Amino acid sequence: MKDDVTSREERVENLKGMGCSRKRVEDARFTQGKGNYVDDVKLDGMLFGDFVRSPYAHARITSIDTAAALKVPGVLAVLTAADLEPLGLHWMPTLAGDKQMVLADGKVLFQGQEVAFVVAEDRYAAADGIEAVDVVYEELPVLVNPFEALNSDVVLREDLVAEDGSLPDGAHGPRKHHNHIFTWEAGDKAPTEEVIANADIVAEEEMYYHRTHPCPLETCGSVASMDKVNGKLTLWGTFQAPHAIRTIVSLISGLEEHNIRVISPDIGGGFGNKVGAYPGYVCSVVASIVTGKPVKWIEDRMDNLMTTAFARDYWMKGRISATKEGKITGLHCHVTADHGGFDACADPTKFPAGFMNICTGSYDIPTAFLEVDGVYTNKAPGGVSYRCSFRVTEAVYFIERMIEVLAIKLNMDAAELRRINFIRKDQFPYTAALGWEYDSGDYHTAWDKALKTVDYDGLRAEQAQRVEDFKAGKTRKLMGIGLSFFTEIVGAGPVKNCDILGLGMFDSCEIRIHPTGSAIARLGTISQGQGHATTFAQILASEIGLPADSITIEEGDTDTAPYGLGTYGSRSTPVAGAATAMAGRKIRAKAQMIAAYLLEVHDDDVTFDVDRFVVKGAPERFKTMKEIAFAAYNQAIPGLEPGLEAVSYYDPPNMTYPFGAYVCVMDIDVDTGVPEIRRFYALDDCGTRINPMIIEGQVHGGLTEALAVALGQEIAYDDMGNCKTGTLMDFFLPTAWEVPNYETDYTVTPSPHHPIGAKGVGESPHVGGVPCFSNAVQDAFRAFGNTHTNMPHDHWRIWKTANELGLHG
Amino acid sequence: MIPAVFEYYRPKDMAGVLSLLEEHGDDARVMAGGHSLIPLMKLRMADVPHLIDLQDVGGLSGIDIGSDSIRIGAMVTQSDIIDHAGLASAAPILREAALQIADPQVRYMGTVGGNVANGDPGNDMPGLMQCLNATFAVIGPDGERDIPAREFYEAAYMTAREDEEVLTAVTIPLPRGGYAYEKQKRKIGDYATAAAAVQIVRDGDTCASASIAMTNLSDTPIYSEEAGTALVGTSVDDAALKAAATAMLGDIDPTEDNRGPVAFKNHVAGVILRRAIERAWSRA
Repeated sequence: MKDDVTSREERVENLKGMGCSRKRVEDARFTQGKGNYVDDVKLDGMLFGDFVRSPYAHARITSIDTAAALKVPGVLAVLTAADLEPLGLHWMPTLAGDKQMVLADGKVLFQGQEVAFVVAEDRYAAADGIEAVDVVYEELPVLVNPFEALNSDVVLREDLVAEDGSLPDGAHGPRKHHNHIFTWEAGDKAPTEEVIANADIVAEEEMYYHRTHPCPLETCGSVASMDKVNGKLTLWGTFQAPHAIRTIVSLISGLEEHNIRVISPDIGGGFGNKVGAYPGYVCSVVASIVTGKPVKWIEDRMDNLMTTAFARDYWMKGRISATKEGKITGLHCHVTADHGGFDACADPTKFPAGFMNICTGSYDIPTAFLEVDGVYTNKAPGGVSYRCSFRVTEAVYFIERMIEVLAIKLNMDAAELRRINFIRKDQFPYTAALGWEYDSGDYHTAWDKALKTVDYDGLRAEQAQRVEDFKAGKTRKLMGIGLSFFTEIVGAGPVKNCDILGLGMFDSCEIRIHPTGSAIARLGTISQGQGHATTFAQILASEIGLPADSITIEEGDTDTAPYGLGTYGSRSTPVAGAATAMAGRKIRAKAQMIAAYLLEVHDDDVTFDVDRFVVKGAPERFKTMKEIAFAAYNQAIPGLEPGLEAVSYYDPPNMTYPFGAYVCVMDIDVDTGVPEIRRFYALDDCGTRINPMIIEGQVHGGLTEALAVALGQEIAYDDMGNCKTGTLMDFFLPTAWEVPNYETDYTVTPSPHHPIGAKGVGESPHVGGVPCFSNAVQDAFRAFGNTHTNMPHDHWRIWKTANELGLHG
Repeated sequence: MIPAVFEYYRPKDMAGVLSLLEEHGDDARVMAGGHSLIPLMKLRMADVPHLIDLQDVGGLSGIDIGSDSIRIGAMVTQSDIIDHAGLASAAPILREAALQIADPQVRYMGTVGGNVANGDPGNDMPGLMQCLNATFAVIGPDGERDIPAREFYEAAYMTAREDEEVLTAVTIPLPRGGYAYEKQKRKIGDYATAAAAVQIVRDGDTCASASIAMTNLSDTPIYSEEAGTALVGTSVDDAALKAAATAMLGDIDPTEDNRGPVAFKNHVAGVILRRAIERAWSRA
């Protein structure tokens, strides 16, 4: 008999496993200023490198004179493309199968492009050195509009035109024009055209999803340290995918991969900004090899906004057809995608437009066709998934706008139109017209719950009264009700169709149980604020029966962590979370054998119960996981190796499909264009909920970034390709002041193929939030004839809508 | 975002400041809170080889409320303005305006003197001081002189202050009547899309006097005397409000920027002014 005074409930509580709002273990160091970010890395003799950047969006470089810069006190070296060329590093491969200049090779293609790398004793000397580099530019015609680019004689990428003037195929097939990158198709073209041609009702709309930018508090940076004695390179950096970076560095530098150690320390937000490989990383490595000293590169805010990783910039043209009763019959979408000067989009290799083909949304649309044309322009490269899975915000925005436009055409309530077209619960798993197999969902339940909670009918009645009052001159404020129902596709992904640079998008977890019953687990992902150290320990606690507080989660060091593809696209929980559960189950399987040996029964005669194995039918006979852990290290058990460790590499059988129902109520001052968000309700279904507090925090953060994008956040250029939004004065980053109170809610529809049924949540609120905010603005003007206006809905654009509808008298 | 090399000085008295200004001429600038100047230096848009920090110079941080005027030292911060109980009752428009400047962190550093002296058309205090008919005291090698706020601003960053002069204080006639500082901005920390400062005196049902100034709608703050005149003698009815707005629109000259095009700014300027007048009138 054991002295077991704690009840089962207490034992569950002690574990702090899945489903509890465990406090974030990371916050102790973050709230006390003890985080360790890349810029906190300080090494003996460390140098600092920074870039001479192009003031022009398109120019030939006639000469670069570095002599004066080399005379600036503290400046040690100035690297140009000519210095990198012998190493083959003046260009580098992009994630999208294109290549990108590391330093300007004879020309520049966007404002802010890296031209030379000044290496100095400190960042102040580097800044003075930058001023002293004399670059002579010959300006070239600038193309900032993709439609103009496709009709222009101006060749942006001479390197992609053969000597005879012909166009070799790109990474994704034939190219139509010298500024064209690819055409990508999904679905069936002819049947879609036929359905639309014969439909009762067809709604058409053109919409521009403007260029914006993820804006993590910490900008990008790296520290490279080449140890010439042992031949090892250590690279600290703001990497959302440290292992992928190690492989890329190996491939482009020729260093053997075992001689490269990549470390992602604490990361101050990523949101997709830190997925790609940037010239700064390469230059810090080269400079360290050249000087033999550690070299640090850290972006400032302007560098970050102007040069690393934009998001969106999709010109979308849609047609949606329906019966008179509102049953959708077909959807056609064409996208002209502005990729900037290089195609550096961060998507799985086979998906040059990401998962844009999730654009049939949450609806049972039998026939659909999508076509995306990628285009070069004189803008910064990027094309990252800003707090979303690959291009999913674009897809969801597109369909949620098309639904609204169709509702207007049908003169139908947009909530009802959604309801009659949702994929029904009994249709899952559901194969969509554009190819994806949705794993699970219960859309009607979520939608009904959302509409009931906000008293949707009451809101519509109030809105109708407001319109009457406005027309009668009693108010100058209109009321908008924004609806959005989204389905995400996250957790990339199955190795059979998802890879990045040939690396399958599995992920991994390795667990070591220590003799005293605590543990360390290492994963191939890397938290940038998501709270992995908190939540992955919870998954493990529930799986292996040791308290989450006794489990250390470690990520980001490629010398210690198992290989994985990193954290972005809400893939950590769906993929690495699954690996964690599976590795935990391997631990548990061995623990069962140890327990059975210790209890002197057959393996099958013990059963797992919270934190122990119990003999079936004899609950007083058990061994706790803590006892089992010790036994693993001190007992010679016949047929079992000592120790208690496991590793799992998880190749997900499918994506996961979180969904949600959002409602925004907004009042709009017609005279100033100022919107005021009165209410925001967000119901998320992310399957099994690991930590409700962290989910709520993620939802708040994602909604805030959605508010930003919908209401003002953009990267804008003038006709000369000058970036007009290079500081936080003009680039909208909301503060607590601009952000409304959010009401969160949930339903739970577990993923049937994920070991714990979890789906991922970090990006859902952004994906669903953007159309919800936008729809609220547009809905306010529906009664006056508005069908669609483009984001961002900043004050003047809202004012312009009102003005064009004649609402200013 | 790293400034060019500069020499930093922190003199203990005004004589020290003036001698440095005399020695270095155009190459020297004085700094109060630094929240306009330092960003320009970091962007290398302002080249200041000699930077003179005023924070050790005594006598510039007082707020004195007299029987007919208020004197505010140049080093008084926006935060000091907000926290000063006497000011809140004597000239509440100052607090209302200061609360709409930037954010608390900036307001702890940003000063009244720096805000009015720099000549940035985006700053809120210059228009406010024109509305209040303030006088700026400056000191230079030839001694002290006073410059009316309404004559101080010549163009963006160009003012009636000579390079070797330092602005030391702002004096405001004790304001009377109702007040409002109305500002539309895109977000916290932003300059105004349009802002209006209004001080209005009521006599029974009619307006006895009105003073109106606008912010960030020209390359200087705009004191619109005609807009004020349009209200005087009226009951501040719809016709008077329209007349004031029309007069004001004749005085401003906004330019297009990321906040929007000229037509939008003119429209919003009219709306903001109307709201400011209505609020000031309701308090008069």
